[in-house]
Amino acid sequence: MIVTITLNGKKIIEDISADMTLYQFVREHGCYSVKCGCETTNCGLCTVFLNDKPVLSCAVLAARADGQKVETLEGLQKEAEEFGRFIADQGAEQCGFCNPGMIMNAIALFRETSEPTDEEIKRYLAGNLCRCSGYEGQLRGIHEFIKYKKEGGASWAK
Amino acid sequence: MGEVGQPIRKKDAMALVTGKPVYMDDLAPKECLIVKVLRSPHANALIEEVNLAGALKVPGIEAIYTWKDVPKNRFAQAGQTYPEWSPYDRLILDQHVRFVGDAVAIVAGEDEKCVDLAMKRIKVKYKVLPAVLDYHTAKDNPILVHPEDNWKSMFPVGADNHRNLCAHMEDEKGDVEKVFADCDLTLERTFHVPAVNQAMMETFRTCCYIDTYGRLVILSSTQIVFHVRRIIAAALGIPKSKVRSMKPRIGGGFGAKQTVVSEIYPAFVTWMTKKPSKLLYSREESQIAGSPRHEMEVTVKVGANNDGTIRAIEVYNLSNTGAYGDHGPTTAGLTGHKSIPLYTANLEAYRHTFDVVYTNICAAGAYRGYGATQGVFALESVVNELAGKIGMDPVEIRMKNVVRQGMCMMAYDNEIASGCRLDECLMRAAEMIGWKEKFPCKDMGNGKVRSVGIAMAMQGSCISHVDVGSATIMLNEDGSYKLTIAAADMGTGCDTILSQMAADCLNVTTDEIFVSGADTDFSPYDSGSYASSTTYITGQAVVRASTELEKRIRTLAARMLSCELEDVDYDGHVAKNVKTGESVTIEEIGYQAQCSNDYALQVTESYTSPVSPPPYMAGAVEIELDKETGHVEILDYAAVVDCGTVVNPNLARVQVEGGLGQGIGMALFENIQYSEKGQLYNNSLMQYKIPTRMDYGKLRVEFRPSFEPTGPFGVKSIGEIVINTPAPALADAIYNATGHWMRDLPMTGEKIAMAIAGEE
Repeated sequence: MIVTITLNGKKIIEDISADMTLYQFVREHGCYSVKCGCETTNCGLCTVFLNDKPVLSCAVLAARADGQKVETLEGLQKEAEEFGRFIADQGAEQCGFCNPGMIMNAIALFRETSEPTDEEIKRYLAGNLCRCSGYEGQLRGIHEFIKYKKEGGASWAK
Repeated sequence: MGEVGQPIRKKDAMALVTGKPVYMDDLAPKECLIVKVLRSPHANALIEEVNLAGALKVPGIEAIYTWKDVPKNRFAQAGQTYPEWSPYDRLILDQHVRFVGDAVAIVAGEDEKCVDLAMKRIKVKYKVLPAVLDYHTAKDNPILVHPEDNWKSMFPVGADNHRNLCAHMEDEKGDVEKVFADCDLTLERTFHVPAVNQAMMETFRTCCYIDTYGRLVILSSTQIVFHVRRIIAAALGIPKSKVRSMKPRIGGGFGAKQTVVSEIYPAFVTWMTKKPSKLLYSREESQIAGSPRHEMEVTVKVGANNDGTIRAIEVYNLSNTGAYGDHGPTTAGLTGHKSIPLYTANLEAYRHTFDVVYTNICAAGAYRGYGATQGVFALESVVNELAGKIGMDPVEIRMKNVVRQGMCMMAYDNEIASGCRLDECLMRAAEMIGWKEKFPCKDMGNGKVRSVGIAMAMQGSCISHVDVGSATIMLNEDGSYKLTIAAADMGTGCDTILSQMAADCLNVTTDEIFVSGADTDFSPYDSGSYASSTTYITGQAVVRASTELEKRIRTLAARMLSCELEDVDYDGHVAKNVKTGESVTIEEIGYQAQCSNDYALQVTESYTSPVSPPPYMAGAVEIELDKETGHVEILDYAAVVDCGTVVNPNLARVQVEGGLGQGIGMALFENIQYSEKGQLYNNSLMQYKIPTRMDYGKLRVEFRPSFEPTGPFGVKSIGEIVINTPAPALADAIYNATGHWMRDLPMTGEKIAMAIAGEE
């Protein structure tokens, strides 16, 4: 079937198989930040934006993104850098494999919420597993990012 | 000076947080054959016939291999220094399959779809055999997991494949029985730890291709590039010189990738077809056919006097190595070796005995803590119970018996505790959690109880007399340095902390050093990153190499300045002749090294250690337990660690927090359950519950660094120890809340609720 998907601002018209997942589609188009950690929608590593909303790309058929807008961290490099350095400054990226998915979801959180509480942060990111960091360093990084945002940084965030 | 001790950002951090393509599957050649492994549905069976006719007809299939196609020399997959303690009990593919998930056939094709279809069309006729599924019955069971004649043990570890025995060893000092008889009381208890999985976010994966010279190149997510080269060459029966092994960024290891789990299959495909290939384990494969912790039953007996003096300790562990013996003999040794020495102060005698048995379940391997975790859970739990029996505070009984600075540790090969602040760690952890006010518990009056628990732990900093770490450091013409290593940064940050050490030796900043490796073609030999050895062992090699290079830079500068070495004043960037005031810059020295020069500004050094200084820590937890449901909520966890000098406080702290998270998962949630037929139920992250960020409260970490005289800059280690305290500390807190000791991990709400219900 032929689909039209706008991936990171670029319109792609392609003949795909009906059972192709959005995860497979974005990786085939060079979006290697998107990872697969579980195949059972538990880990959050494959998070992408479908029309600005975070979805698990392993559980969305590429066909369902026909005519829609898809974004991965490759298309959000400015945001990734601006937020990611607060994670890096805690050493909380560790192996890094879960980071793109978590950062996608964090970007979504900060587009929606200006000053999330710890409880809200944890709930929003609960589906983003990390086996290295124990999550505490990520939370510290997020606190630092909120401070930076209050001082006028990260214009993309709410 | 001053780079060591700074919270410097990891060198790869920005690439990782911005999602750059730096992992195996991001870097694999695009035209790779897709490799998958057909796995046995039976726990113990002989393959009578494999019909490939239908499968080979699937368009796009390149090759399918079965046991008939592979070399017949047995090998060990455990990434250990040769000669391995682990038995040579594996073939690439065997006619005898020994667990549900054991490899039956390797299928390679041009895409995933055709491979999946071919896998369905392979018809295998099995002769199903009775299986050994209960490890209590494995030893001397008439059903043999490894009846084959060419099974081989390389080391005298008491192994006997005709008894299902992978190892049996004993270690004893002093007369344990006599001391027990003389004690006021003894307490003996048995504990169970299941074969929990590392569950690193990046599953096992490898790609292979043939290089310009016809050599096999392996790009794998591994902690052990040199062991991969040796093991794969041996398994394929080809010279080591025909193999190159390297690692990109690794998406977590925790010991899982200290075993050659996925490498052999694409290596075989590429060697046979000469085409690039790759294999990515699914999460299910990583769970059912990975390399988890050894399931163990640990029995601990402690002899003490009524005043709390701990005089004798006996540990017996029955370890389940599963279908293959990778890391079997070595993990079981640590169960006593890295728990008993915690109580060195008044210890008169100890005995540690273990049996490691084969069964028809997934083979175990190396997982952070490596046998010590099981021992610490058991011993710390017994000491907590003992304290209660003699009416002593658990902190007090430890302060009376704990190993202290300068003591000779009889149960640790008589090594001296040359850097030890465990007593301070213990007192501080107790203080942080509010032990005096909160011990043992407080009924909240709403069906919930708040309580506290405490435990200590130790580990090692290398495998003494075995591990080799190496580093090559080279001055470039712009004054920067290339540090080449084969230790594996798996997210831990060793590329960065080793650079911090080199920077201090060379009087430069960490930014002036870049790191390259790990690659068996270019890196100097290193055992790899395991046994908590990288900071301590490879770190010392880095210090040696950098110190020697600095001396060489000064020597070349002296030649350039036509003066004596002692007249050179060098600050890391400019060398000055103190007599004439003439100077040369590091760039000039760098260029001089490249022109009319026979004095290399490149140094390689190796290091090995006769000792393995233990890091120590104490962990204290506060929980709220729901008496109705048994649910445990972790309110606060205080950890205080003596890892020697802290090279990078950020990275050390995150190591502790991450290890605590895994320890909490193992203690409370992560379960391993097999069906009667030997099939693992917990084969996905849906059923295998690793902690989310909702599953515990605060983790608070502090350091009480001793200065380890044998370590570079006074370091010891931190990677493994941090997983050891949660299970015993939580068991203690659960007891203090309910009056019930949980001795079987995981301590689920269900088990706790059932224990409470049982008393009513």
